[in-house]
Amino acid sequence: MRRLATFWLRYRRNRGAVAGALALAVILALALLGPILYPTDPFDMVGRPFSLPFDRFPLGTDVAGRDILAGILNGGRVSLLIGVLASLSATIIGVALGAVAGYYGGRIDDLLMRTTEFFLCIPSFVLAVVLVAIFQPSVVTVTVAIAVVSWPSVARLARGEFIAHRDREYVQGCRAIGMPDWEIILLQIMPNALPPIIVVSSLMVATAILTESGLSFLGLGDPNLVSWGYMIGVARTVLRTAWWMAAIPGVMILLTVLAINLVGEGLNDALNPRLRKR
Amino acid sequence: MADGASRVASAGGAPILEVRELVKHYPIRGGLFSPSQMVHALDGVSLSVARGETLAVVGESGCGKSTLARCIIRLEQPTSGHILLKGADITVLAGRPLRELRRALQIVFQDPYASLNPRWSIASLIGDPMRLHGLAARGERRGRVASLLETVGLGPEFMDRYPHELSGGQRQRVAIARALAMQPEVIVCDEPVSALDVSIQAQVINLLKRLQRQFGIAYIFISHDLSLVKHISDRVAVMYLGQIVELAETRAARRRVLHPYSQALFSAAPVADPQAAAARKRIILAGDVPSPIEPPSGCRFHTRCPYRQDRCAREAPQLRAVEDRLVRCHFAGEPGFPPEVPA
Repeated sequence: MRRLATFWLRYRRNRGAVAGALALAVILALALLGPILYPTDPFDMVGRPFSLPFDRFPLGTDVAGRDILAGILNGGRVSLLIGVLASLSATIIGVALGAVAGYYGGRIDDLLMRTTEFFLCIPSFVLAVVLVAIFQPSVVTVTVAIAVVSWPSVARLARGEFIAHRDREYVQGCRAIGMPDWEIILLQIMPNALPPIIVVSSLMVATAILTESGLSFLGLGDPNLVSWGYMIGVARTVLRTAWWMAAIPGVMILLTVLAINLVGEGLNDALNPRLRKR
Repeated sequence: MADGASRVASAGGAPILEVRELVKHYPIRGGLFSPSQMVHALDGVSLSVARGETLAVVGESGCGKSTLARCIIRLEQPTSGHILLKGADITVLAGRPLRELRRALQIVFQDPYASLNPRWSIASLIGDPMRLHGLAARGERRGRVASLLETVGLGPEFMDRYPHELSGGQRQRVAIARALAMQPEVIVCDEPVSALDVSIQAQVINLLKRLQRQFGIAYIFISHDLSLVKHISDRVAVMYLGQIVELAETRAARRRVLHPYSQALFSAAPVADPQAAAARKRIILAGDVPSPIEPPSGCRFHTRCPYRQDRCAREAPQLRAVEDRLVRCHFAGEPGFPPEVPA
């Protein structure tokens, strides 16, 4: 409990982070509750196309007469879900590989890190496009594709942390009392190595949302679900006549990514107080 | 080998732990065009300890003391040589036999601020060894931890605290309790008090001595603090650049040392009595410790030895019995060597 309280005290000192957390909370609430409170189907043609915002519909209609507000609310669900799930799986894969590589070193490290570098040197968005194009676009394949292109950076970070910890005296002490390696990795080093990893993976959510939007913009999103990127993709042909159609989901992406980045910065300040004193 | 010296070399009774010709070379990777090199951390170290005995290993930083400690408890794999525990070779153990061995052989590290994981409570830190080796059932464990805490002079109220709530001395007591939890027969103490305040040092040392009397534990006591070593150890080994240069009973070494390096080392130890300190002649060695990557030819100490002769750079002296001890010097045992004051 006390640890949580000190965490909040440190976090609170960064005002931008508090604002980001508030904005993120609002966006999350909209995505979770919005479709229930405003139950219009985002794929329904509810009225004339190109109706202006604040006219008959709160945010107007798109090129096919679909309600933009319904799209924003439902699309937020998809974007956040994919963003969070993809970063979570990328973090788990990255931490697992990085921990093993960093703790054992030597051949295992070489093997795992060369593999990681192989993934790092391919432009990640291109790889994601290829992966989604090969397998049919769906929430699952998009999530997997984003996770596959995101884990290498976590792996490198986790490896660095584990290398820094593995020769510390407390780890040697655990080896001296005969503690098995898995326990040292999971229960001894992991809690100490986790803070910077949490920061990076929270920032990764923002990147994942951007990647998902990019994929949907290119028409590689789940065809049965609306997402913000898809809405921008639909509106791009009419950018000069109805700019708001692209601008509304665009602003949502901007706000979400900004909020997540602010929260990530705040986490960094709160979890790594030593780095702050530079 | 003279009778007295052989006794010095092989401890009193049957040794509980014996180290034979231990060598540890660390490869350091050269650049693309420079050849890879070797750090000679240990070069043929042999020693032994008997049950209930304290063997001190002294030397300046970088002489290989800590590497020796880590090799003995198998945190590092020695390049060659053998470590025998109760007569059994433990140098190449792995897996389950290695875990069994850990019970008999424990270590206390230098820095109690670094050797306890800040995320775990004192109860789990001390309980871990019992859990891992099945020494106490889950229900009994807290009771055992409490009694161990009392053994090291802390109360059971410390059980649910975390390392950061404890002072350095208290933490070192916890580290000792953690080692004791396995009921070890040998504890390697790697400078166990040098990170502590002087006032606390004496308490921890007295605790270690009491535990030795109580449980008959043998200590290998790594230190650079000679006044401490004189106080606590039965025998003392002086190391220089990965080799033992003198091995003697502490009582004999306190009277007189035969290797020029030991002489310089012992003359640098502070003395409590200011008059005695003023009357004493200190030997200041010139230069730094040579690099262990390319140790000097011949006698490793010849680059800094005040009595060096041509022979020293050519010929490496062996560790040999002189009077009641072992010395690695060509001239030890000659009358009047080493002189009281360097020439």
